[in-house]
Amino acid sequence: MAAASFTTAKFLAPVAARSGGERAPQLPAGASSSSFARTLRRGGAHHPRLRTALAVSSDVLAGNKAAHAAASNPAVTREEALELYEDMVLGRNFEDMCAQMYYRGKMFGFVHLYNGQEAVSTGFIKLLNQADCVVSTYRDHVHALSKGVPARSVMAELFGKATGCCRGQGGSMHMFSGPHNLLGGFAFIGEGIPVATGAAFAAKYRHEVLKESSPDGLDVTLAFFGDGTCNNGQFFECLNMAQLWKLPIVFVVENNLWAIGMSHLRATSDPEIWKKGPAFGMPGVHVDGMDVLKVREVAKEAIERARRGEGPTLVECETYRFRGHSLADPDELRKPDEKSHYAARDPITALKKYIIEENLATESELKSIEKKIDDVVEEAVEFADASPHPPRSQLLENVFADPRGFGIGPDGKYRCEDPKFTQGTAQV
Amino acid sequence: MLGVARRRLGSGPVLGRLAQALRPARAYSAAAKEITVRDALNSALDEEMSADPSVFLMGEEVGEYQGAYKISKGLLDKYGPDRVLDTPITEAGFTGIGVGAAYHGLRPIVEFMTFNFSMQAIDHIINSAAKSNYMSAGQISVPIVFRGPNGAAAGVGAQHSQCYAAWYAHVPGLKVLAPYSSEDARGLLKAAIRDPDPVIFLENELLYGESYPVSDEVLDSSFCLPIGKAKIERQGKDVTITAFSKMVGYALQAADILAKEGISAEVINLRSIRPLDRAAINASVRKTNRLVTVEEGFPQHGIGAEICMAVVEDSFLYLDAPVERIAGADVPMPYAANLERMAVPQVDDIVRAAKRACYRAVPMAAAA
Repeated sequence: MAAASFTTAKFLAPVAARSGGERAPQLPAGASSSSFARTLRRGGAHHPRLRTALAVSSDVLAGNKAAHAAASNPAVTREEALELYEDMVLGRNFEDMCAQMYYRGKMFGFVHLYNGQEAVSTGFIKLLNQADCVVSTYRDHVHALSKGVPARSVMAELFGKATGCCRGQGGSMHMFSGPHNLLGGFAFIGEGIPVATGAAFAAKYRHEVLKESSPDGLDVTLAFFGDGTCNNGQFFECLNMAQLWKLPIVFVVENNLWAIGMSHLRATSDPEIWKKGPAFGMPGVHVDGMDVLKVREVAKEAIERARRGEGPTLVECETYRFRGHSLADPDELRKPDEKSHYAARDPITALKKYIIEENLATESELKSIEKKIDDVVEEAVEFADASPHPPRSQLLENVFADPRGFGIGPDGKYRCEDPKFTQGTAQV
Repeated sequence: MLGVARRRLGSGPVLGRLAQALRPARAYSAAAKEITVRDALNSALDEEMSADPSVFLMGEEVGEYQGAYKISKGLLDKYGPDRVLDTPITEAGFTGIGVGAAYHGLRPIVEFMTFNFSMQAIDHIINSAAKSNYMSAGQISVPIVFRGPNGAAAGVGAQHSQCYAAWYAHVPGLKVLAPYSSEDARGLLKAAIRDPDPVIFLENELLYGESYPVSDEVLDSSFCLPIGKAKIERQGKDVTITAFSKMVGYALQAADILAKEGISAEVINLRSIRPLDRAAINASVRKTNRLVTVEEGFPQHGIGAEICMAVVEDSFLYLDAPVERIAGADVPMPYAANLERMAVPQVDDIVRAAKRACYRAVPMAAAA
């Protein structure tokens, strides 16, 4: 278990939430005490102060330096640290390249970039197995990369090419990968949450009804979504059912403080999203989403809890996007000082500093990782650019599971038996 | 909304009256077995759940209450709460959960207490279920059935009386089925559950209690009907009448009346709204040269419009008369019983339309 000094997260067991008044956070079953030997900056008693702090946008970060300086034992091994670093750099460079390619007209439509939030994707997804599921939003490229979908397949998908992870039929907001159990990017607010809850339901069903369990425990599903989604009914419906049925899911809120141009504080009656976990009887955790090691520690606990069959956890990661909502967003409402405040807390820079300070790797080793990733992203673009566009015949494929099953034509035969079908000119 | 549905359960007199009105006046051999549509659906669910452990049923009141309309009666006892899930009243949530479970290897059957409530979940039906196989280039198929009563009920007003056939039939990636008889109900529901794609299964509350004759073949557990094929319920040579769900019964009654007046009507039970069996419709129209479409839903952009276009595209030169469309009135369903009756097609409407198509009556405009 990670060093205590990295744990600024709060786990609130349901009992604590119900006790009212002065809430004593309790350990969820199975948590080691070190996870909770934390510097709890936000007790219930300090609530009013907290609101004010949030209003100036960065309370999470207050006191972070002290916690960091107190670190004595590395929370991760050298290999782990380098894996995290590589994944975060990949996410960042990939997205920067997307912006370039978008402005060059290589990709189109809505493109939402993940810059600044890498600690969340990396901190959570790198702990998953292949059989575990990820359900994402329209901001899904980096979740796909963290789950192991090759950069070239994601880039080719963004270019609308036949070699993309969905053959160009999905696009930026709809990344799927069957082999990686990436169950989609969802373009509507809240839409992915029930789907993720359903995947978790399936995992439990397969374990308990079909007896197809893996020896390690249940397959876990991570549902990623933002602060804006937490005002949507599907979020509450699924918190209820996930806890009611003890589903192996972690609800990961990427609270980047802004839903396009709507400030989280202007949209939500109680901005502390994590508190909605205890309201439904599950642990709610707040974590600094700009610190990958803190995210990882919280993620580990929540994922293990789910895997053991102890049910869902709600994790609020306070993070920040370094770019506008999408590449079409003029981003005029966020104040420059707020942006620069978070820019100074760049999660990649922070991890780099940590790695060097803890002597986990040298500057030049990190440089070589950066170089390697540059090459990967460069290669992804070349691959995507050189790849063919989807053929005309692809237009009518995949509407149904059976590629022939497009329905029955006027002649009473399957439409796909019409020679014109493969040319894409059959009557639809 | 739960209360409304529950109250309707006990509406014996209404159902009884309709039962009489609906019963097709056809003579069946005394030897034929009869089962109700409710039992047909129940047995189809039971058999498919028994055959495949990845099939499960979820929805409001499907378990301990035994189904708001008793379609799932006995299934909880037989398969347990893991496979017959009572959900909270959260359509968006549980429909999405069903879709997610289908993404991840299960075969859910999601029951809507009525299809009116599917509006709360339509995002998941259209965006999460229908489009995913395509968006994922075939990597994520969604074998799921959305089922429940659809169409006008009796006396429940505008929000609980509506046909969703045209809504869902508009969407690529969905298959839309509408059974009429017990044979349809059994064969189509079993086909829907076995199908690898999302299927909208539109039942009709007023048909649940109706009994229809079934053959031994229909009762066999291997029985299944093809999706996308219509059934010629009655052969005829003068005019084609297309209908689905409850309206098939009305069309058959109309055909009986027309026969007495020397008009031989062919009645097509569409069974599958999407894919639509254009071949069967066109073959019939090429024989009769006249077409009357019947549906309970709103007229504009409806099933009748689509069928008319299918015939215009493929058999225009065979038509001897303008296509007649019988549909629900273009208004939200009124509550008052007399207005409600006027708002949905009646047997007389079908008879009149068929006569117009056969030039055996003055056109409506002239009559008015």
